[in-house]
Amino acid sequence: MFKRNLVAAAIAFAFSGPAPAQNSELGKIREEINQMREAYEKRIQNLEKRLSEAEGKAGKAETAATKAESTATKAEQVSARAESAASSAANRTGENAFNPAVSLILQGTFAKTSQNPNQYQITGYVPSGGEVGPPKRSFGLAESELVIAANIDHYFRGVAILAIAPEGGIEAEEAYFQTLSLPRGFGLKGGRFFSGIGYQNERHQHTWDFQDAPLVYKAFLGNQLKQDGLQLRWVAPTDLLVELGAEISAGDRFPGSGRNKNGVGGSALFANLGGDIGASTAWRAGVSYLSVSPNARAYSDTDSVGGAVTNTFTGNAKLAGINGVLKWAPNGNASYRNLKLQGEYFQLKQDGALIYDDTAGTNGFGGPVSGNFNTKQSGWYAQAVWQFYPQWRVGYRYDALRFGTVNNGIVNNGLGPVAADFPALANHRPTRNTLMFDWNPSDFSRIRLQFASDKSRLGVTDNQVFVQYIYSLGAHGAHKF
Amino acid sequence: MKNWLKVILLGVGGFMVQPALAALNVMACEPEWGALSKELGGDKVSVYVATTALQDPHHIEARPSLIARARSADLMICTGADLEVGWVPLLQTQAGNAKIQRGQPGYFEAAPQVLMLEIPERLDRAMGDVHPQGNPHVHMDPRNIAKIAVALSERMIRLDPAETEYYRSRAKSFSERWQQALTRWEKDAAPLRGVAVVGYHKNMSYLNAWLGIREVGSLEPKPGLPPTTSHMGELLVRLAKDPARAVIRSPYNDPRAAEWLAGNAKIPVVTLPFTVGGSDKAKDLFGLFDDTLARLLAVGK
Repeated sequence: MFKRNLVAAAIAFAFSGPAPAQNSELGKIREEINQMREAYEKRIQNLEKRLSEAEGKAGKAETAATKAESTATKAEQVSARAESAASSAANRTGENAFNPAVSLILQGTFAKTSQNPNQYQITGYVPSGGEVGPPKRSFGLAESELVIAANIDHYFRGVAILAIAPEGGIEAEEAYFQTLSLPRGFGLKGGRFFSGIGYQNERHQHTWDFQDAPLVYKAFLGNQLKQDGLQLRWVAPTDLLVELGAEISAGDRFPGSGRNKNGVGGSALFANLGGDIGASTAWRAGVSYLSVSPNARAYSDTDSVGGAVTNTFTGNAKLAGINGVLKWAPNGNASYRNLKLQGEYFQLKQDGALIYDDTAGTNGFGGPVSGNFNTKQSGWYAQAVWQFYPQWRVGYRYDALRFGTVNNGIVNNGLGPVAADFPALANHRPTRNTLMFDWNPSDFSRIRLQFASDKSRLGVTDNQVFVQYIYSLGAHGAHKF
Repeated sequence: MKNWLKVILLGVGGFMVQPALAALNVMACEPEWGALSKELGGDKVSVYVATTALQDPHHIEARPSLIARARSADLMICTGADLEVGWVPLLQTQAGNAKIQRGQPGYFEAAPQVLMLEIPERLDRAMGDVHPQGNPHVHMDPRNIAKIAVALSERMIRLDPAETEYYRSRAKSFSERWQQALTRWEKDAAPLRGVAVVGYHKNMSYLNAWLGIREVGSLEPKPGLPPTTSHMGELLVRLAKDPARAVIRSPYNDPRAAEWLAGNAKIPVVTLPFTVGGSDKAKDLFGLFDDTLARLLAVGK
């Protein structure tokens, strides 16, 4: 009788095919299967009982046992078949079965800063033009990120990360394709993507261990370098991770600039090594190099009497960096306690010509003034994040920039403007101390408290307190090491 | 000059070509699949296991060493059912290895080979870290291992057809030994039927279903969330009415929570190996279940 029901159910399913299976129908079938299971279980138990009763009469018992066993296997086979039919019907739900993985990141801050965030500046360094300042005071919504990803076909995977700005507007944070089937460890990525240089650069802001980027990233990369271009990566067939990468791009983001020229505007190279030390420790170390040719890269400043000035740089910018990260967890089980140490150093060299244009302001020199401009500046940060209890972490970061050398031909050659007419490039050594605590109730939420004493601006200390939330809705993200 | 070039080319060439000691490079996401691969593949496979019994397979990072190993794998064997959702997809996109992509014969998932338990009727993250396809810890029922072994052996044959006979005979031998062991285990475990226990994570459900063990509750208030004091308080109240024989944990679960509850309920903590390498005796799959039963019977009889 049960078998007949089952056959009917199976036929019903076969004909219903890929059409959306109704939950109630599935439920019914599941229930039926459960009933069948129970019934068989009862029969088996009965047989087992008989078996034990018959233990004295060896011959009879043996036949009963075989019977019981064969009934049991049969029951299992039947129910397995039925359930697999039911579950495969449930998994295939027509057109939307091919929907990509979608997740949405919600973020916001409550900020209290002792200095005006609108006047933020990293004195001594050519402004990067990115949104590098602290978040606005009081309550503020941060960028919401919509992440959509799926395999396109057997050759390509596609990923789009769209940032929805709180003031409106959508920006493609990343939107790239990635190959799945190149041979010999190669992988090609194209479109817009975060460059592979450095360690933190490739990581999305919502996965950072602090609310904001290290100073060196703010000063030299405008927070984070996006490339519009191509990236080729190669992983060596070795037990130690040896990963080499090369990128070519339009080179239109700081330290590059828009060029309106044919061909490749920027290139980058990176190499990473990584491995384990025992079961508890994993590490990665990398070097990277970026070369771009900014063309008329402009920033606004004020001269010594407060008139507006536009400074424009044309030449080459080369950024070299080294980075390392080490993660430790007892026996490699990071669920309860773990430690993450991370540090990076970058050196930025710029070589070219600067045009000082105050014609819209004071107009002290009867027109723009130009001269050689070359700089060699560096910066680093080191941070430690300690998860001392499940869900709870504490972290500390130290940031420092080294002013290095700035040879401004306009000032050195006495062409008119003096050092005081370049206040943004005043000799300064920015530092920052940052302390953070966060609570991570699940893989999908994080609430953070962060204190910082930020000496980015000449002669001023900005004491900052941020409360930040980061929520992730939808598909479970996979975060890079 | 030409010789110099030759040396470099040879060097680079040598670096690019994998030392082909074994026919199949297997990367197993969890120790149980590593052990099964060794049973089925013998000396025709070289097996690298990505995690240990002391690590929670839900929370592994796609660390550099794993990317390096995934690069050279011919066959990657994982549980599936989203157990490795936080790290395996990254290995697949970062290792530059076409063979181990989803849908390729070089990527094998164990969970789809068996009947899944605890398939959620409703999906909501408020229910904790639930898996849409069902509870992924399928290896705790040895009958599932038998089914997975059949599928895995076929997969090895597909990837390395020259050794078909070898894999067939190993699969046959394993299956025979496994059936014998299964009969023995089921006979030995008869006293465990109906025994009540408290679990930690819902990772023993298949074991419980197999042996008829009743799980009165879990230390985790919701799957994947660490135990809270309020939930443990509720558990104690429940245990007063419906006593359990032991608190069951796996080696990667926090011992403190289990010990606290066990101490207050005056029942022992039983640490089951959970996977190969989880105890001294769980050296292979046979040892895993021998030791699991021995530890349960020590309190369940």
